[in-house]
Amino acid sequence: MRLSLGPLLYYWPKEETLAFYDRIAESPVEIVYLGETVCSKRTLLRLDDWLALAERLAAAGKEVVLSTLALLESEAELKRLRRICGDGRFLVEANDMGAVQLLAGRPFVAGHSVNIYNGRTLGLLAREGLRRWVFPLELSAETLAELQRQRPEGVETEVLAWGRLPLAYSARCFTARAHNLPKDDCQYRCLDYPDGLTLSAQDETRFLALNGIQTQSARTFNLVTEMDRMRELGVDVVRISPQSLKTETVIDLFHRVLQGDLPAAEADARLRRLMPVGPCDGYWHGGAGMAATEAAVRSIG
Amino acid sequence: MDLVCPAGNLPSLKAAVDNGADAVYFGFRDDTNARHFAGLNFTPAKMEQGLRYARERGVKLFLALNTYPQPSGWERWRSAVDRAAELGVDALIAADIGVLDYAAEHHPELNLHLSVQGSATNYEALRFYHQRFGVRRAVIPRVLSLSQVEHVVAHSPVEIEVFGFGSLCVMVEGRCILSSYATGRSPNTYGACSPASHVEWRETPAGLETRLGGVLIERCGRGENAGYPTLCKGRFQVGGNTYHAIEEPTSLNTLELLPQLRQAGVAAIKIEGRQRSPVYVAQVTRVWRAALDACERDPAGYRPQPEWMSELSKVSEGTQTTLGAYSRPWQ
Repeated sequence: MRLSLGPLLYYWPKEETLAFYDRIAESPVEIVYLGETVCSKRTLLRLDDWLALAERLAAAGKEVVLSTLALLESEAELKRLRRICGDGRFLVEANDMGAVQLLAGRPFVAGHSVNIYNGRTLGLLAREGLRRWVFPLELSAETLAELQRQRPEGVETEVLAWGRLPLAYSARCFTARAHNLPKDDCQYRCLDYPDGLTLSAQDETRFLALNGIQTQSARTFNLVTEMDRMRELGVDVVRISPQSLKTETVIDLFHRVLQGDLPAAEADARLRRLMPVGPCDGYWHGGAGMAATEAAVRSIG
Repeated sequence: MDLVCPAGNLPSLKAAVDNGADAVYFGFRDDTNARHFAGLNFTPAKMEQGLRYARERGVKLFLALNTYPQPSGWERWRSAVDRAAELGVDALIAADIGVLDYAAEHHPELNLHLSVQGSATNYEALRFYHQRFGVRRAVIPRVLSLSQVEHVVAHSPVEIEVFGFGSLCVMVEGRCILSSYATGRSPNTYGACSPASHVEWRETPAGLETRLGGVLIERCGRGENAGYPTLCKGRFQVGGNTYHAIEEPTSLNTLELLPQLRQAGVAAIKIEGRQRSPVYVAQVTRVWRAALDACERDPAGYRPQPEWMSELSKVSEGTQTTLGAYSRPWQ
């Protein structure tokens, strides 16, 4: 199995983003997904900046994949999507069927917001050029096992194994709403929340995280103890989602577990300290997404 | 513009037909559709009766088969497509690529509509469904502004149906898994959002609490009406404030936009609410029929009548209505 770094879901200052990817260039992830997938107003890095970064990471030996917007509403967004899909230098991750339409006939990756829930869907997209798919977040390991049996030749499977879970997309910006600002004058408040803005229930249970137009889980999805099972299931790529706190350490711990240099339980205990709120892994085990298995709960202690 | 109305059972279907629907949409009694609620939807016998009732009155019937089958459920969805074809419904409303592919291959005569659960917000996505499966109409998510709807219609290879009235999803449909995050069940996997099986109501000293999957969604003081705890419509705390952090419990009502939607070339208006009562279906269908007819007669002089608006607010969630993303007060 290879490690990948998913697209940066948050909005960080340009210098921090570039410094982050300089460190990633030195890290043991083999695949790096680059680009803005959440909000087209986030332009501190323009497409040309992302492409330059892509060249640098490719020169450092990484397989670079350009990731695309999940919610496409305007013609300007489609125009930008056409530029990404037409660039031709890098593999592209489609996060919407509009991107699949533009990429059809060439190799592409389907992100987790493209709903691939059954073998027939996987088969059809494979004929369109699907080379790798990211397993939908809400499905279980049991479902993955069945899908793996139906997987067409030449298609790789990628599973998100670390990060706050993207749960929903809206035209509305909930970060702007939290500041009583209209979306058009959001003042780029996302910059203040490098891991999203945590939302709690009225009893103060931390529940979700607002990330602009995207709503995430407050808890961090963590499958570090499930990597043996992923290997048994024939998973090809294990994805880590970037966060502001020590992503390189997260990568290193996953890498050492993959190499057999560190027991998964020990990595799990250390990873617990790198979560903004706490762990969850319920989807993988066929339950509510926010649930945490006993192993995950133990690691809190 | 056609008026497409919901039916969760035979009395609702009749109410929609009798009050002026051009088409009625319904589903089988299982998780193959996105209103998989206890006691709702049609057994094969009721479906036959419904079909006959609608046919005799010249009203079309659309079957919603708009959830996402996993491998373990595939046979059930496949046979549901076969049954829909046997029944001869006027359209199959589907979201899943595998389901659409199967229907297009095995039942080429079946008219296919892309469900709102298919999350198509742009015309490139619509081209995909049109070119691969011959989809003829798409229902677009309730997230686009009026000018974006106009733009999609202008470039779309298929007819566009938009939501006109009913409960409002502020998230892109088909891509929201908030419900399964709290309960393990989502519209995609199970055909229900915030399922009743996971709801608890509890009187506490702090007020009436409603929970979903154990998560506190709403706490109401005396004199406040406790609504159904749909996850995105709860009151939460963000940065020290307690408010409807995602969306207020309001209904969509686009009566006043009818001339613009007509001008844009929208093919049909959809009314939400298969889970609602036959009385709701009758009232809403009657008002919308009158409005569509008025708009058709005289688009320039069209104004929503005050009595239409008051009829509709009586049956609205939270008794408030909004233009939703079409007007975007929050933009």
